[in-house]
Amino acid sequence: MEICSSELKIGEVATIASINLDEIPLKLLEMGCLPGNSITLIQVAPLGDPLYFNVNDSHVAIRIETAKEITVTK
Amino acid sequence: MSKNPIKVALIGNPNVGKTSVFNELTGLNQQVGNYPGITVEKKQGVCKLNETTKAKIIDLPGTYSLNASSIDENVVIELLLNKNDEDFPDVAVVVTEVENLKRNLLLFTQIKDLEIPTILVINMADRMKLKGIELDIPVLEKELKTKIALISSRKKIGIDYLKDLILNYNVLSTEPCLNASSIDPEYFNNLRRAFPNQLLYKLWLVITQDVNFLNLDRNEIKSSFTKSHSDLKKLQQKETIKRYQFINDTLKLGQKIDVSKATDIRAKIDRILTHKIFGYVIFFGILMLIFQFLFDWSSIPMDFIDETFANLSSLAKQHLPAGEFTNLISEGLIPGIGGIVIFVPQIAFLFLFISVLEESGYMSRVVFLMDKIMRKFGLSGKSVVPLISGTACAIPAIMGARNIENWKERLITILVTPFTTCSARLPVYAILISLIIPEKRVLGFLSLQGLTLMGLYLLGFGMAVFSAYLLNRYLKLKCKSYFVVEMPSYKIPMFKNVGINVLEKTKAFVFGAGKIILALSVILWFLGSHGLSDNFNNAEKIIAEQNLNKTLSSAEFDDLVNSYKLENSYIGYMGKAIEPIIRPLGYDWKIGVAVVSSFAAREVFVGTLATIYSVGSHSEEETTIKNRMAAEIHPETGIKVFNFATGISLLLFYAFAMQCISTLAIVKKETNSWKWPIIQLVFMSGFAYVTSLIAYQLLK
Repeated sequence: MEICSSELKIGEVATIASINLDEIPLKLLEMGCLPGNSITLIQVAPLGDPLYFNVNDSHVAIRIETAKEITVTK
Repeated sequence: MSKNPIKVALIGNPNVGKTSVFNELTGLNQQVGNYPGITVEKKQGVCKLNETTKAKIIDLPGTYSLNASSIDENVVIELLLNKNDEDFPDVAVVVTEVENLKRNLLLFTQIKDLEIPTILVINMADRMKLKGIELDIPVLEKELKTKIALISSRKKIGIDYLKDLILNYNVLSTEPCLNASSIDPEYFNNLRRAFPNQLLYKLWLVITQDVNFLNLDRNEIKSSFTKSHSDLKKLQQKETIKRYQFINDTLKLGQKIDVSKATDIRAKIDRILTHKIFGYVIFFGILMLIFQFLFDWSSIPMDFIDETFANLSSLAKQHLPAGEFTNLISEGLIPGIGGIVIFVPQIAFLFLFISVLEESGYMSRVVFLMDKIMRKFGLSGKSVVPLISGTACAIPAIMGARNIENWKERLITILVTPFTTCSARLPVYAILISLIIPEKRVLGFLSLQGLTLMGLYLLGFGMAVFSAYLLNRYLKLKCKSYFVVEMPSYKIPMFKNVGINVLEKTKAFVFGAGKIILALSVILWFLGSHGLSDNFNNAEKIIAEQNLNKTLSSAEFDDLVNSYKLENSYIGYMGKAIEPIIRPLGYDWKIGVAVVSSFAAREVFVGTLATIYSVGSHSEEETTIKNRMAAEIHPETGIKVFNFATGISLLLFYAFAMQCISTLAIVKKETNSWKWPIIQLVFMSGFAYVTSLIAYQLLK
């Protein structure tokens, strides 16, 4: 099932299906946010944003608007 | 016989312990400066490899890849592309760490493509067992076409082997480890044909980056080989995927991870430290602790220093032959130096705390916690770091705003950061508070003076956030917003790193601000003890005539003469000239002089008053700066000069006014225009004047 990475539940593991290149900064790609790699939601900030992911063993926090541009399969 | 030193560039992602490797290699043999024209910190040091050979080591800014997105990262590329640079490395040392090897290797493969001899350092080897990681070094060396030093900068393992590798750098292969041009063969073949003498990857970097490159005419390459922005980005994505494929294949051969052992402690700690409630409680608890430390407990060494300098001053007066020169030393130089040294304990503590928060990895969690809240005010979670480190000094804090990706958020951060209470305000606050706030304790242990100081810090933060809110509403800027924060694994800060950092920063304060303070105190002393008019030169006669009918002790007579002299000195005239402007705020002309000289640097305030008052007073018991200020009485009204109303008015003025030329200069550099620093100066100082005016008129 394909969903946005922002819709994952805490602790849920998924695989990145596709990313919207125009909206995703290169820095995130370089950290391993690329199709085929695994992604886990670790924590949501107290007010619901930003989101804290483990992408390809990189621990990184991004805002919801960026997370929405990452499509994942469960 | 000594040869030319081997030039070594240390390169690596942020948070891999690159600085600790640098510290291990160079010890205290390091210099911190700036790259010419820009404010990026340049760290270099010397490492003795053996009896005859030394290495000159440059610690380049941390970067995730050679695709630069900030001026700090540009420094790395510009150096590696320019063979004519005097610092162009003989050998590049890429520092990576065991846990993030996959990601760290991306940068390594890019450096290899530049065909520079490259050593791979895998740091934090001591954590391998804990994480269930096994590495097959010979296989990795073969695949990556390099030599690998498996080290632990924490446990000091493998440093000697790394030195050996550097010494024998000429045996290293300069062959790239993958063929990146296969992502678009046609495009790259054309490029190769057009510039047969240039390295393909260099050309590619010049096309995709906004870097200066002297040897190649950038426009020429650009015009014939340019692609649309999105096409270039697609190619960069392909390049990144290609590199990761290679890295994944390599690690499959040379790395084994026992998943059962790889418990994610980081995630567990993060659940507490970034928790809805506990997260904030812990954060504010840490802030409270820092303030308590700074303003209550550091008073012990500060009082000691104050006393020591007061004693030195009177010693000098007693033992040196009387005269101009002795006066200069005892009234100008010693109080001036004392005014600097007294703040060393507080500044060192502040840098210590900030350094520990950053080194441990906790600062990223604060960014994560605060982002949503800060965004309501037009700031980013990353603005928290400048706002907190602004409590040390606004200058590095404003430079620290560079990693905020969104220009509008970054600009607002730069503009409001000077409101946070920097260490230069600390001396002013400390002395004023001790004069006007009683030494009581609340709830038995919280000192009232400490709480007032904390209140002033909160006021600074509050004002920063409030003006950010206004700027956000009225600044019309459309920016794409990106926000990417790495959450590094938690580490116990290394004593050596923290120690060197604190030492460097404190040294910079003492010698940087110290020079200005010292020069000003000498000038002020001269202006205060010399005068042109007959009134000054005939002070004794005039006072004697005025007091013909009174019987004065010789001490009282001297005091009257001295204060009359001061009033008629150069500085007296200058102070009197500005008095009409500052009188509504509750200041006399002496405070006025101190306030005006504070525009060179705020911390000058205390030193200036110390100098002015030591010229003006000679009584034995008023030796410390504080005692002198407390004893000062307004000649007309007969009340204390530093009364509650004046004190509060001064505190507010120093909380809000823009009184730091260095900060204005850095804002100009970072925003690339005079517009913003001028707006800052006018708005902040105007606001300070109005609030102090209102406060004084209400309280007097």
